[in-house]
Amino acid sequence: MSTPTITTETRPDPSASGNALTQRRSRPGEVAFRLAMQACLLIAFGVLAALLTWVLVKGWNRLDSRLWTEMPTGLVSRLDTAGVQSALVGTLWIISLVALICLPIGILSAIYLEEYADNTRWYNRLLELNIQNLAGVPSIIFGILGLGIIARALGLGFTVITAAIVLSLLVLPVVIIATREAIRAVPQSIRHASYALGATKWQTVSRQVLPSAVPGIATGSILALSRAIGEAAPLIVLGAVTFITFNPDGLDSGYTALPIQIYTFITRSQSEYTELAAGAIVLLLAIVLAMNSIAIFVRNRFEKRW
Amino acid sequence: MNPTDTTNRPGVSIASVGAQSTGTTKPDAADPVMELSGVSVYYGAYEAVRDTSMPIQEKQITAMIGPSGCGKSTILRSLNRMNDLIPGARVSGAVTYHGQDLYAKDVDPIEVRRRIGMVFQKPNPFPKSIYDNVAYGPRVTGMQVASMDDLVEKALRDAALWDEVKDKLKTSGLALSGGQQQRLCIARTIAVRPEIILMDEPCSALDPIATAKIEDLMAELSNDYTIVIVTHNMQQAARVSHHTAFFTAELDERQERHGRLVEFSQTGKLFTNPADKRTEDYITGRFG
Repeated sequence: MSTPTITTETRPDPSASGNALTQRRSRPGEVAFRLAMQACLLIAFGVLAALLTWVLVKGWNRLDSRLWTEMPTGLVSRLDTAGVQSALVGTLWIISLVALICLPIGILSAIYLEEYADNTRWYNRLLELNIQNLAGVPSIIFGILGLGIIARALGLGFTVITAAIVLSLLVLPVVIIATREAIRAVPQSIRHASYALGATKWQTVSRQVLPSAVPGIATGSILALSRAIGEAAPLIVLGAVTFITFNPDGLDSGYTALPIQIYTFITRSQSEYTELAAGAIVLLLAIVLAMNSIAIFVRNRFEKRW
Repeated sequence: MNPTDTTNRPGVSIASVGAQSTGTTKPDAADPVMELSGVSVYYGAYEAVRDTSMPIQEKQITAMIGPSGCGKSTILRSLNRMNDLIPGARVSGAVTYHGQDLYAKDVDPIEVRRRIGMVFQKPNPFPKSIYDNVAYGPRVTGMQVASMDDLVEKALRDAALWDEVKDKLKTSGLALSGGQQQRLCIARTIAVRPEIILMDEPCSALDPIATAKIEDLMAELSNDYTIVIVTHNMQQAARVSHHTAFFTAELDERQERHGRLVEFSQTGKLFTNPADKRTEDYITGRFG
């Protein structure tokens, strides 16, 4: 028999009672997978919620203006009037400098790699590979590198600028990778349209590609800065001072930063310090969340639909 | 001179193509505005199109037809050096424009593209306002413009889009319909006053009504511009063009595919009385 015959049995018989469209069949696999995914989400969210609740409860008494108007202290008797102003100002100094140093370098590097570099050349491919690798290097390694080269060999010492340079190097790969992704998301047809009108390469990049990539670049950059804000490890080896009662007043000033301050408070046994640490954690989280909200806002506001 | 017959649009059978309005002829100028002689295009070591020679006549519409992979778009892109943007692409032979070799060392591709514009298959307006889409070309090429507003209006009028968009010049070009977007792309191209417009399957993403508008527009534009169009649609080539080049893909002795120009002649002749058997097979639907 050469031609297969299709028997009516292979099709559901619409008139049979067991085949009514309204009879929902249970599909255990679907349900199990859905539950598993929901459980994972619950775990992730639950842990975050627990942490937030803990710091909020712990630090509740310290969540007032003292936090940013007062200096930290090493004396338990003075803890009532202590805050983390010097650490907050240190963090703001550092993060502003990181933005100034790493954003131009990172964005321009990404433009070069994406629009100008010839990917068939071995040195450009090597460069790309190493940027990917750099993004995975533990931050303490950057700290030690900074200690050896920037603080000692270049003689910049344990200063704000040293910390900013090292943190810039740390998040530079993140900025480069995010910017490249954003640039790559701009359709090739836009570039071709621009070239076909007689535009030069730089005109095409600066007037078409970059404006279209701004949402992605901004989002990636802000997330990179958020990561830099939370870093403590490299600063520990870079001489962030544990208690200082003055604000940094220049690039060559000594400094401390919020993560370091939190770390030193936590290592103390007195419960007042734990409370103050919790307050500082809330402050740090607030800064990071604010930056991430800006990232989300920029993305939604300027997003391009093709 | 309107070669299009709007009552007999898509849906015409292949057989009727010959009988249909393919009699569009224009006297050729003494010298063609462009000329390809022995042009081959390579992607790396692969020879995509072999040994193409044909003229492009001034202020006429030249159509390139043929099956997929025959190299017609590749040849089109070699006419304004858009192939330069594809890594590894290389052109041998000579593409001359007013007698000047476009691939000579001292030729600036930016200047070439300013004189030889291009409209793409998929409408690709910039994510900017309609006005800025049209003004972009004059701005980047540093054209001396008395009034940008007038220039934008003229380009939009010439592209038969003005009446539809004159009240919303500040809205995004991406908010227009597909056919309007393509006419915006044409307006953007003619805003820099090129001499030649290359069109790479400009209607393949459009519905029949939008296609009809673009075809009418092409006929109109051929009074001022030289147009080269690549199309999959034979009826379109028959309707709008003065000259037609038929390309096909052939296997060589090593079983590699190469595009090749089979026949080039006046459109009426190519569709009614093709010289080559392969052309005849293709236009009668026996192949491709």
